Amino acid sequence: MIYRWVSILFAAALALTAQAQAQEAPDALVKRVSEDVLQTIRGDKDLQAGNQAKVKQLIESKLAPHFDFARMTALAMGRNWRSATPEQQKTLSDEFRTLLVRTYSGALSNYRDNTMDYAPLRSNPGDTDVIVRTSVRRPGQAPVQIDYSMAKTPDGWKAYDVIVAGVSLVTNYRDEFNDAIKSSGVDGLVKMLADKNKGPTPK
Amino acid sequence: MNSSIRRIASTLAVACVLLAGCAGTPSRVDPFEPWNRAMYSVHEVVDGNVIKPIAQTYVKVTPEPVRTGVSNFYGNIDDLFTGINHVLQGKKERAGDDFGRVLLNSTFGILGIFDLASEMGITKDKTDFGITFGKWGAPQGPYLFVPLFGPTTVRDGTGWVVRLYTGPIGYIDNVPLRNWLIALGYLDTRAQLLSAESVLDAAALDKYRYLRNAYLRARRYQVYDGKPPPEEEEE
Repeated sequence: MIYRWVSILFAAALALTAQAQAQEAPDALVKRVSEDVLQTIRGDKDLQAGNQAKVKQLIESKLAPHFDFARMTALAMGRNWRSATPEQQKTLSDEFRTLLVRTYSGALSNYRDNTMDYAPLRSNPGDTDVIVRTSVRRPGQAPVQIDYSMAKTPDGWKAYDVIVAGVSLVTNYRDEFNDAIKSSGVDGLVKMLADKNKGPTPK
Repeated sequence: MNSSIRRIASTLAVACVLLAGCAGTPSRVDPFEPWNRAMYSVHEVVDGNVIKPIAQTYVKVTPEPVRTGVSNFYGNIDDLFTGINHVLQGKKERAGDDFGRVLLNSTFGILGIFDLASEMGITKDKTDFGITFGKWGAPQGPYLFVPLFGPTTVRDGTGWVVRLYTGPIGYIDNVPLRNWLIALGYLDTRAQLLSAESVLDAAALDKYRYLRNAYLRARRYQVYDGKPPPEEEEE
């Protein structure tokens, strides 16, 4: 009997989650995912100690699905994106994704004591591109603004830029990417990213 | 105030003027890139071999509540300057909060060691002379990387010199105490940067450049109160 109840509840929960993901507003999405990740970190000593395998798994399962990495790569490359072939675009997106995930992996373990504030979303009902503003509070420090640029896609809202205290984690690469392409072409940039990703994870 | 600090400060100021004098511009924001990169290398060697290991050891051997107390003590002085700068920027209400924090934390918070104000909901904020000068219309001027100090610009560096001359620790007459406080403040700042630094290591293809871009954008964002006009794209 109890098993049946559990399975019904479980199925209901699954259905709810699926529905939530389909219709969730961008600000609600940011809040749900952020709180979920913070809770997970607070409840897991391994994550707090910076266990890289576990941190990576957390990012891949909870954060990465809500980012549009191809668009992020396009944004980081600016006008050079169009000069890359579809295969190059795919490789670039994969390498850039790896780089961003690694960057986050190093940072996430320190988030245990953080709390987040969410600014009310300023947008119109029909908008398909919005900025969700949040700020992170850390004990003894001034709050840090984190803004997510998000676009509506067929599988829900996806973030394509993250701006920390005014610094875009995406466009901060643009002039470097431009120069790499100017001196050694798109393949040169691919190689640069691949080499960086093959290097040791800094601790 | 400590004469050696004063000497360093004036040397820096002279260096800035000299550097600004010979501005041939490879890049608008960073005309002294070759020099700055050399300074960055010097910094990486000295910091990486001496300062960073000390900061890491400090974090490892000092219990977290003690480190928080140390950070709060210096943070309280920052709050004082944040308040002063908010006044200079015409943000009186925010300045009231800043000074309220300083009063509360300096007294009941025992010289700022306990951040009671935050617990009571008076949030901390941060601004400085460089931002004030920016709001008054001063341009950033050339980017500078100063070993053991970090990224700055002519404008922000000038702000720091003002802060160095006016900071309360400089007025302490007991020389050993004053020097220990300066050293501990430096260590505290460096220790707080460890995690940001590991992000830089992970993210950057070219650390010098990533740091420069991030620094200049973050400062610009602050000058415009979080609403900077779009940047004209270079080239």
